[in-house]
Amino acid sequence: MYGNDFGAPAETERPPVSDDELTERFQAIIDADGRIEPRDWMPEAYRTGLVRQIAQHAHSEIIGMQPEGNWISRAPSLRRKAILMAKVQDEAGHGLYLYAAAETLGADRGDLLDKLHAGKQKYSSIFNYPTLTWADMGAIGWLVDGAAIVNQVPLCRCSYGPYARAMIRVCKEESFHQRQGFEILYTLSRGTDAQKAMAQDAVDRWWWPSLMMFGPSDAESTHSEQSMKWGIKRFSNDELRQRFVDMTVPQAEVLGLTLPDPDLRWNPERESYDFGEIDFTELFEVIKGNGPCNAQRLAHRVGAHDDGAWVREAADAYAAKHAARAGSEAVA
Amino acid sequence: MSENRRDWPLWEVFVRARRGLSHGHVGSLHAPDAEMALRNARDLYTRRQEGVSIWVVPAAQITASSPDEKDAFFDPAADKIYRHPTFYDVPEGVEHL
Repeated sequence: MYGNDFGAPAETERPPVSDDELTERFQAIIDADGRIEPRDWMPEAYRTGLVRQIAQHAHSEIIGMQPEGNWISRAPSLRRKAILMAKVQDEAGHGLYLYAAAETLGADRGDLLDKLHAGKQKYSSIFNYPTLTWADMGAIGWLVDGAAIVNQVPLCRCSYGPYARAMIRVCKEESFHQRQGFEILYTLSRGTDAQKAMAQDAVDRWWWPSLMMFGPSDAESTHSEQSMKWGIKRFSNDELRQRFVDMTVPQAEVLGLTLPDPDLRWNPERESYDFGEIDFTELFEVIKGNGPCNAQRLAHRVGAHDDGAWVREAADAYAAKHAARAGSEAVA
Repeated sequence: MSENRRDWPLWEVFVRARRGLSHGHVGSLHAPDAEMALRNARDLYTRRQEGVSIWVVPAAQITASSPDEKDAFFDPAADKIYRHPTFYDVPEGVEHL
């Protein structure tokens, strides 16, 4: 988004400014809660860190189309099917907003996709779990999108302007995603015993992976401190995870479903819910590529990209033909 | 994967949210030509009736002021506070001025 704002910087003579002074000015903008824009000077690590984060985020959006795409043809009604298609289309859109934001930092979308396809850049590990039943569409919307919203709302105020603006659009659209998921589970939980059991099973499977979406605990998180100083991250992993738990437990009660954690209970002193320890060995295994669907997700993405090559080529050829025709008319 | 890749040009997208408002910049996208850029812009930026009119402009065609020269470039306006109505003293009791 916001192109290169725009074109290459003008080549003009200006007095050299030291890196220290540039860094100072840059940090002053951030400390005043200002925004960095594409052509501003920025430390190289800020740029590369952001490209890495935004690309991973964009990849997650487009890989995230797969678990739900799996159920479009089997959605239980026309209404559900239309909603699910709109949601999957939104995920594609979110990916495009984010790739565009990464491009304002000098990245190239084609290169980022190549890196995803080659396994050199990651996407959120949550999408490496399978969607076994229709109730998984509910659990993904409610829990996975719910966790994503908690993670993403603070990014709407992140120090890099194009990323923050992209996230504002994304967050607006995500709230429909979460509600439609909740509605699916609410309907199932008031249905037959089998439907309620299906809803409970989906929640049992998605609860812990959703908590892992906030990343490792603060003690183990590697990028956090610098991200905080640069205004990219505003809350720690554990703070956001707690916020999600506190928000979600009362909703589970309305659904009449339980969350699979025997240690989950209200702590009146902290005015928050205590919850059990997270098994991060699972998260790290999935990140390493050993989740249930890692290979399948990537193979599907590469296949879709390769199968779409002829469309891109045809559009190119069409554009070239029309440009040539317009050129010859202009000459004549 | 990318052997034949030739990236489509980048377009900046401007949307008029409703009649009476000017077009505002909403983001960018890649497309092979102007017609596809318009269609993609509709799909990408107006899925929820965010607009009644769209402009697409090749990003390469936009000339921008340089952020490095921001201070010097905008400086001429800084010391002309008499351009603002608040600069002027108005005697007590004068209305509609």
